[in-house]
Amino acid sequence: MKKILAVDDSASMRQMVGFTLKKAGFDVTEAKDGSEALNLAKQQGFDAVISDVNMPVMDGITLIRELRNLPNYKFTPLLMLTTESGLDKKSEGKAAGATGWIVKPFNPDQLLAVLKKVIR
Amino acid sequence: MSIDLSQFFDVFFEESFEGLDAMEAELLNLEPGKEDSETINTIFRAAHSIKGGSGTFGFVSVSDFTHVLETLLDQIRDGQRVLTAEHVNLLLKSVDCVRALLSALQAEEEPDLSEAQALKARFEAILGGEEPSSESAEAAAPEVETLQSTTYQIEFKPEPHLFKTGNEPLYMFSELAELGELEVSAFHDAIPDFLAFDPEDCFLHWRFFLTTTREEQAIAEIFEWVEDDAEIKIEACGGLFDDEPAQPQAAQVTEQAATPSADVATESGTVKQDAEAEQAQQTLEAVQQKVETVKNIKSESRKSNDSGATSIRVGIDKVDSLINMVGELVITQAMLSQIGDQEITESSIAALQEGLTQLAHNTRDLQENVMRIRMLPISFVFSRFPRLVRDTSQKLNKQVELKLVGEQTELDKTVMEKLSDPMVHLVRNSLDHGLETPEERIANGKDPVGTVTLNAFHQGGNIVIEIMDDGKGLDTEKIRSKAIANGLIQEADELSVEEINELIFMPGFSTADSVSDISGRGVGMDVVRRNIQALNGSVEVTSKQGVGSTFTIRLPLTLAILDGQLVQVAQHTYIIPLISIVESLQIDISKVSKVGKGLEVLRLRDEYIPILRLYGIFSHQGAREELDKTLLVVVESDNYKIGLLVDDLLAQQQVVIKSLEANYQKVDGISGATILGDGTVSLIIDISGLIKLSGLRRPGSTELLVDLKGEEAEPA
Repeated sequence: MKKILAVDDSASMRQMVGFTLKKAGFDVTEAKDGSEALNLAKQQGFDAVISDVNMPVMDGITLIRELRNLPNYKFTPLLMLTTESGLDKKSEGKAAGATGWIVKPFNPDQLLAVLKKVIR
Repeated sequence: MSIDLSQFFDVFFEESFEGLDAMEAELLNLEPGKEDSETINTIFRAAHSIKGGSGTFGFVSVSDFTHVLETLLDQIRDGQRVLTAEHVNLLLKSVDCVRALLSALQAEEEPDLSEAQALKARFEAILGGEEPSSESAEAAAPEVETLQSTTYQIEFKPEPHLFKTGNEPLYMFSELAELGELEVSAFHDAIPDFLAFDPEDCFLHWRFFLTTTREEQAIAEIFEWVEDDAEIKIEACGGLFDDEPAQPQAAQVTEQAATPSADVATESGTVKQDAEAEQAQQTLEAVQQKVETVKNIKSESRKSNDSGATSIRVGIDKVDSLINMVGELVITQAMLSQIGDQEITESSIAALQEGLTQLAHNTRDLQENVMRIRMLPISFVFSRFPRLVRDTSQKLNKQVELKLVGEQTELDKTVMEKLSDPMVHLVRNSLDHGLETPEERIANGKDPVGTVTLNAFHQGGNIVIEIMDDGKGLDTEKIRSKAIANGLIQEADELSVEEINELIFMPGFSTADSVSDISGRGVGMDVVRRNIQALNGSVEVTSKQGVGSTFTIRLPLTLAILDGQLVQVAQHTYIIPLISIVESLQIDISKVSKVGKGLEVLRLRDEYIPILRLYGIFSHQGAREELDKTLLVVVESDNYKIGLLVDDLLAQQQVVIKSLEANYQKVDGISGATILGDGTVSLIIDISGLIKLSGLRRPGSTELLVDLKGEEAEPA
């Protein structure tokens, strides 16, 4: 079973993403901010990480940058969830090592469709 | 996949309301020009999360509105715009507005959008008429299908670092294949010599021919994430005209999807047909999902209405300690039943006694901890005051600093809910009547900024909340003359300062020179006192002219447990709330007089206390009737003192209140019941209800039937 780490400070989004991915047959771990996610990612391996951008403690961009520098996450798909469709955030995320982005709001089907690009 | 989003609504609403509270608190901390980036960031994040969530869960009205909010905050955050006081005011109004929208949505009502639209227009004006981006609309817009197939030549030449972005070309290619008929060629001419070969790099490149009915955009989207990491060329190189008519309507799609096997069978093998059928199938599923969601929403609507906002958040530590205690209880129970199985000897009796002590200990701990579950920090009430003080002081042109002390003091959730209104009243009063204008304060040698302090702390089994202001204090002369004018006291009455201050709690008393919309009209401190007394609490005032006033609210920590005085009436045990008891005494017959229709009053110091015979009111036989052989419990309620005649005083103990209404029906003069140690049911006396029941109150008046002027009382 592929393991996905879902990171969002909003409990409802976390639950929705988690529930959708579990139903699609993934093993999902949730984290409420970048720092919690980073610790989890160091302890266990994940096949993909989906992270919100705006979070307290450690934001999503920093998380992605940190993850990408870890040897175990060199090739791992790292997706950022963002409402800011502006180029700034996207290119910032890309520079940090993000694989791609998912535009909020999204519904479960859209999430899975996008995820299919990087993990099956 | 069909996922019912409504299951996440509760969490969404809860966290959104929390987010709004956080926004409000942070906004109140903001001072334009002195804002720090972390505060702005917190506000931004809250707005951002609400927008994201509401968009995801389909609350378009909220996400549309929060979008402008977010845009403005984003600009402030990025330093493109300077925060002004106007922004803060507008943002605060927006918090209210979003809260209203969400409340309406939570109650499954149609939200009133007029306020939101007005505010949104103002935001847009600030944002310089920038077009609010219709981002969500774009995302939701269905992709237009042209059913005409075109063949594209696609060149895909990734940079060597492609794999390190986490992208997988293979998945992209299979996604391409889903669009139509795909032909792939891979080129490996760029692979270097073995020694120069880095296994982590990508040296291949590809060429595709894709025949699809989709637009070029759909192809570009597949490569969207790697467009900077690869050379991508997409060229339309021709196509075949398709005869099939476009079928955008869902009904037609459904029909088509219903017989996909037949279609595929006749024109077997064409990927295009397969893809089309799949798309149709997907559309069908989407439609079905919608229908299902609608059904679910309908069926859930009743359920969620019923549950309302009655949930309570409990810290995991509290639950853990409960489980721990239940564990202890089970152990004790096991121990006791083991003793019960043994033969009774002297040593087993000792063990039994020890076990029972432990059981009592466990039970008490458990009770305390269960009560703690309902306990919330008073900051839930306090948190609304910064906003209230800010708005009110602006309206009054006064400068006020609000200090909150003891915010972590815990009290019962039910008490808390009922405490809010009286407190608002008292705080408004302090701002309106208590504090002076800056000019007056300067003239009196005070700091132009007045201080209002809310202080909460525990004292015994009570919580005490003090509302203090360093304003002008109560004007005793004014209160006195007002009370005389209203007929509350006589010109000749000699009253101490405390007694005069007490007068402000009398019904129909108001000293404000003019009625303002701040501290309300007519409804005065008497209502505050009544509401607090309804919670078994009390409210008092101390004041010093020119220095300030302190209102002290005292409340039991919980409504579920009460400190009671057990009293005996005939063979029955009643409970009188300890907080309402003033004193208990033996009656000196010589001081009892009879007034009116056989009503007895006791002259106690310089007051006349009407005597109520409890056995008479509750129709009990066999009680002691001679006044000198009984005891009188003097209780106070609604500013009146009455004496309750009882046979004897028993123990004082904490009793758990059980609702009579829930188990039987409402009984006049009784506020509830409890079960005593010996298993008998005992009724708890409702003092103000008892006064009504006894007919002591003069019809059409709040006065008791007892005339306070002693001359009229005849000796019994």
